[in-house]
Order: sequence, then structure tokens, then C-alpha cells
Amino acid sequence: MNQPEPTGADETVRWRGVSFEDRMASVDFRVGARAHISVDSDVCRSCTTRACVTACPANLFAPTSDGGILFNYEECFECGTCYMVCDQDGAITWTYPDGGQGVVFHHG
Amino acid sequence: MPESPGTATARPDGAEPATFDAIVVGAGPAGSAAALALARAGRSVVMVERGPFPGSKNVYGGVVYGRVLDDILPDWWDEVPVERWVVRRSTMMVTGSQSLSVDYRSEAWGKAPFNGMTTLRSHFDSWLAAKATDSGARLITSTVATGLVRDEAGRVVGVHTDREGGDIRAHVVIACDGVNSLLAKEAGLLPRAEASHYTLGVKEVLALPREVIDDRFGVRGHEGVDIEMLGCTRGIPGGGFLYTNADSVSVGVVVSLPHLADAKVRPEELIADLKEHPSIAPYLRGSTLREYAAHLIPEGGYDTMPALAADGMVVCGDAAAMTLAAGLWLEGVNFAIGSGYAAGQAVDRALAAGDYSASGLGSYRAALEEQFVLADHKRLRKAPSLVLSDRVQHRYPGLLCDLAEGMFTVTNPTPKPGGLRITRTAAAKHGVKLRQLAADTVRGLRIFG
Repeated sequence: MNQPEPTGADETVRWRGVSFEDRMASVDFRVGARAHISVDSDVCRSCTTRACVTACPANLFAPTSDGGILFNYEECFECGTCYMVCDQDGAITWTYPDGGQGVVFHHG
Repeated sequence: MPESPGTATARPDGAEPATFDAIVVGAGPAGSAAALALARAGRSVVMVERGPFPGSKNVYGGVVYGRVLDDILPDWWDEVPVERWVVRRSTMMVTGSQSLSVDYRSEAWGKAPFNGMTTLRSHFDSWLAAKATDSGARLITSTVATGLVRDEAGRVVGVHTDREGGDIRAHVVIACDGVNSLLAKEAGLLPRAEASHYTLGVKEVLALPREVIDDRFGVRGHEGVDIEMLGCTRGIPGGGFLYTNADSVSVGVVVSLPHLADAKVRPEELIADLKEHPSIAPYLRGSTLREYAAHLIPEGGYDTMPALAADGMVVCGDAAAMTLAAGLWLEGVNFAIGSGYAAGQAVDRALAAGDYSASGLGSYRAALEEQFVLADHKRLRKAPSLVLSDRVQHRYPGLLCDLAEGMFTVTNPTPKPGGLRITRTAAAKHGVKLRQLAADTVRGLRIFG
């Protein structure tokens, strides 16, 4: 999970090189059995903005080949960005994970 | 006052009795302050926290200001879990290749009664919650308040939880459930989504040895630094921050939610930009990622706050949009504590009077109007629109950097232009008319002065 030790001239490039997987691996997620957020892909197919795809800080909204959106709830910050930027009624159903589950910040 | 904490008075109308005088939803700074006030008044109060421990769902962006604690917890600084006391506060305007800082340092800020501290929310929020439980409040963790329990008249009389048989009843519910406050939404006090009133904060905590932080930031021991930047977010309204913890630094950006969505930029790209900036990168060299975090911030200010009370319920802290993001004012935890404590005191008065209606709880808002919590928000209500305006966000950082460059660059033997010409040139380059600059200065003085 650590970033590579930067050396010499290319250090800024290597800082930028922290992979998204390594970034998310730094976070403690206590994954519950229930998906606390669900996405109605039928609604998403008519969406042209797809604001959730880039705005979600955990990068959990993946466009599918049939024009829908696949949502992965496991590594969610529970921040609320997705439903706030979504302009499609009923596309995102948003709840908190069950008690004790979900993200646990230790250095927030 | 009830006979003993833990037994609430029976309802006069004979309905199902309340188990507690009050339920506090969320054991963040607002919730713990509310519970502390009620427990001290001898009321039975329970905090329902959805995380495994207080602070586990919480993120902040730089400094917790302690003045609000002076009256509530005298000598708090002797025991608060501080990372570093902020003795240097810097506001930096940046372009891709320039920066201009206003950098203030104070020896007084490093001594009691201190000004502000950096901390970790897992430590700070747990400490404050323990103050409430030490005074007699109960804390139930790992439990989500999933909705409001109402009586036949529609008054809030408790919460549903995700525990088995998990309804809890009380005379008053204090919603301190954070920026997404599902309870304030269910009560009809907050709109479900109004993205323009919110910003997204993303933050990396980067491990660095304590001595390296001391040397790079020019501090020693428990001294710390908070730097805020303007002009570093690819034109998306917002700003950046960098502050020191004991053996880590926290770096991140805060950006307007709808503008972020429109720009189609990934949030972590903005942090990567900031970390590469020539004025920031030297502070971070060799650091390793300890934790990445993201959280929303309610930044709409006074004009976007919800009604603060319904029948049987009040709203505090982030749930009531009480963070103050107004240029030099970047505060939230102190407003949460101030509003929570005032709510606890107001609920105590309502319990004494036996009137838990919205009007019976009205002394909460009245108290906040008299205190800094709403007084500051009201005074700075126009600040968000100025701070997020096109000129402040897109033109002034570059203008001011060019102004500094013009003033400080030595051009001899070529004669150096005068200050007015340098100002005119910089203003013209950034598409700002001098009368606009003057007007914004006056506007700023009116808002902040």
C-alpha cells in the first residue's frame, strides 16, 4: 500500500503513480452482507451526464457495455456524492451500511 | 428533573412511555456535546452511533478551534488528544508555477489557552463522547438510527434502529447525524439533495517522521502548521489544504460538488495536482500513504440552513449545515460543539416545561442566534458567494501572484515599472478591471470587516 520511495528527477511522476487499488487499500472497510446503495440501471440508461462515474471518490460506478451502471458497494466512503450529483429520479437508492459496518476512518 | 438518570417521566397522555428523556443520533462533536449538556442536567440520554466507535465515520479539514470548549470543559487543553497545536497559519494563492502566501506565526498560539489544534477524529470524537458518558450519558455504537418513530399526532417520539426490537423512545430526538442527515430529511427539514450547497473534501494522510515534519515546516515539539491554498483546483470552485499531524501530514482539496461533476475530473486527480505543485511537493517528499478519505461538507451557509426544530426533534452540527466556509473562516467542529451543547440545554428546558413541540424547543434557535453559532453564520451569510465567485476563484490568485512577481522581480538596468502600472498590467492580463477589484475589496470588507 505504500507509495514507492521517490528518487531523483522522476519523483513527482512516481508520486502520481499511486494506483487506485493502493489508494483504496489504505482504508479500513468492514464489508457487510447487504449492499447499502443500489442503482437502477434502467434509469441510468437514459442518463447522459453520468456524473456519478467521475465524481465518486471511491470510483465505484462502472458503466456497462449495455449502457447501464454497475455499482460496487464494498469500498464506499458513505459520503453522499453520488445521490447529490445524480439528476435522475430513482436511479440511486442510498442508505447507510448496517451498524458497525462500512468505512472506518482511523486518521480522519 | 426525573428522579434518577435512566428513567424518563411517563407521558401524560398515556401513550407508550419514553425510555429516555432524549436520544442523540450520532456521537460526533455535536452529539457528544448535546449528550454532555443533558447528562449534566441529570437527564437520561442515549447516544446512538452507527460506527464502531465515535469518529469512525468522520473527516475534517485542518483545525479544531478550542475556544468553544473553554466554558464547557475548562482546562480541556490538558487532556484533549491533540496532534499538534497550530502556531503557523498560511493562506497561499497559487497558479501552476507561482505562489503568494500570507503566513502568520504566533508564539501565543503554542501556549494555553491555545488557538487551534490538529487532531485525528477517531481520537478527538471518542474523547468528547467519553466526557458525555462519564457524566452519565449512554453510548450505543454500531447501531444505525434508520428512521423516526412518530405518535398519532405526527410528533417525533423516538427512532427505529437496525438492532433487533430496536425502537428507542424518548421525549426528544436530537439529530446530530451528519451532513447527509437522513433524519432531518425524513422530518422534512432538509431537501433530499441540493448539490450546490455542498462541497466534497478528499484527503490523504501521509506518513512522515516527526523530525522531518519539524524541519520542513519550521516547528518543534507540539507546534504545527495549517496551510490553505486557493487556485489549485483546475478552476473548480474550492481550495486545497495541508496541515501537520504528529507523525503525518494531511493534504487534500475541497471542491464544489456540482462543478466537480460538470468538470468530469476525478477527485484524487486534484490531490495529485496539489502534491506536485512546486510550493507543496517539497513538504511531502518521501511520504507514504497512510489513509485516503472522502466526506461531504455543507457549505451553503446561513441562508441554506434548515428549520432547526420540529415537534419532538432538533437538528445540530453538519446535519443543520453549520460549517462555516467563508474564506479565512474554515470552521465546523467548533460549530458542531456549540450547537450541540445549546441543543442539550434547550432540550433540558423543554423537558422542565413539559413542552416538546417545535415551539417548546424554540429556545434552541434563540440561544444560537445569541451565540457565535448563528451570529457568525448570519454575519458571513454573503461570504460563500464571494469566495466561490469567478474572480476570487479564477482570476485573483494569478493576478496577485503576478503582482508579487512584478513588485519583487529586479529588472535593472531596465527601469522597473511603478506599482500602479504593475497592478494595471496584472489586472489586464487576468481580465479584471481595476474598478471590479475595488468593488470586490469593498464587498469583502463589508462581509468580513
